[in-house]
Amino acid sequence: MRLIMHNMLTCNIKGVINKSPLRIEAEKVIKKEVDFNPDFLRHMLAKIEWKALVDGARSMGYTELPVHAPGIESDEPFLRKFHHALLELNLEEGSLVCQESGRKFPVNKGVPNMLLHEKEV
Amino acid sequence: TVLHSCRIVPALKTLKMSTRPELLAPPEIFYDDSEARKYTSSSRIVEIQARLSERALELLALPEDDVPRFLLDIGCGSGLSGETISENGHQWIGLDISASMLNVAVEREVEGDLLLGDMGQGLGLRAGVIDGAISISAVQWLCNADKSSHEPRLRLKAFFGSLYRCLSRGARAVFQVYPESIAQRELILRQALQAGFGGGLVVDYPHSTKKRKEFLVLTCGSVPTSINDGHKGSGSEDDDDDSEDEDNGMVCVSDRNRPRKKQRTNKKGKGREWVLRKKEQSRRKGNDVPADSKYTARKRKSRF
Repeated sequence: MRLIMHNMLTCNIKGVINKSPLRIEAEKVIKKEVDFNPDFLRHMLAKIEWKALVDGARSMGYTELPVHAPGIESDEPFLRKFHHALLELNLEEGSLVCQESGRKFPVNKGVPNMLLHEKEV
Repeated sequence: TVLHSCRIVPALKTLKMSTRPELLAPPEIFYDDSEARKYTSSSRIVEIQARLSERALELLALPEDDVPRFLLDIGCGSGLSGETISENGHQWIGLDISASMLNVAVEREVEGDLLLGDMGQGLGLRAGVIDGAISISAVQWLCNADKSSHEPRLRLKAFFGSLYRCLSRGARAVFQVYPESIAQRELILRQALQAGFGGGLVVDYPHSTKKRKEFLVLTCGSVPTSINDGHKGSGSEDDDDDSEDEDNGMVCVSDRNRPRKKQRTNKKGKGREWVLRKKEQSRRKGNDVPADSKYTARKRKSRF
């Protein structure tokens, strides 16, 4: 699971109001190189919940992201960091935790299990 | 390997001809480890999936600006359709209910992010973040009541509601479906419209039982007039330019229940030359066509 997906995930349990972001408990993180595409990164910037990205990156061991996203101009050094955090960090083993209910969604082989039990729907 | 796939393809063919997978068991049970592997190692299936995925991507009508988009593959399975998305340069999230199928996707090191989840429970994605969604042969699974507490209508509602929410303004969802019956297709379409989607069905090769393919093309809020004509196949000449005869710009379908997401207007348009050519074509066919004048193809008010 990369942060590009994590940033979009919400907890779907019935009754939960604070659905996102999910807190990351990282057990195994690996880095996989991905081609740098500034157009795509600029396109994604508007969609990203920035604080969730910074916290997520931190929990995976990457602390270089600035606390605030740049206003208008996003220069290359920033985009490089953004690129690395968004697309190159992979959570292989761990869990995603709903901040409100405490429910843990396990992550195995990079795939989070978001299946809800009957009563949670 | 060749012998292996020769043995398997006839077996799958028989299975497919006698029973649909979704009538045998829920997807997470039908697609166990051995089925998942069979599915992905059949070269015929791989080829079909690739073609269907390419067509679905085409029907998404993403802007041709060379900027990669962020897409959703619903029922991504072992990642066959996802690979087509990657080949077209986009990033994607894949959702599937079968852990076995996702395991195969992981082994094949697909480039998208994978999610083990049940679309009937809602997609669980934030609002407005997805640029387009495709689904190849997956949505029909929603129409079966597999567990006693699952009413298909509730699951369809959760699915379409969450899908509508997570799509960005102007984004489309394209589903390739093999509906079991017209009633099933109507059910799917009705639920989609209730969730606020506009859109309709695109049928490729409608006259060929073998080649016929159906794609449900859903749009957020309004119906663009430029939904692609389905591929006709050779020998079918009538209704050639049904969709192209309409004016440029968007037709808004009034939607009582949901706030409309505004479609961006199509700046490209067909132009005066095109209109003149079409009129000439129509004259050659022997139709009664008004004479060309300075008013031909003049821009009308946006309400047209």
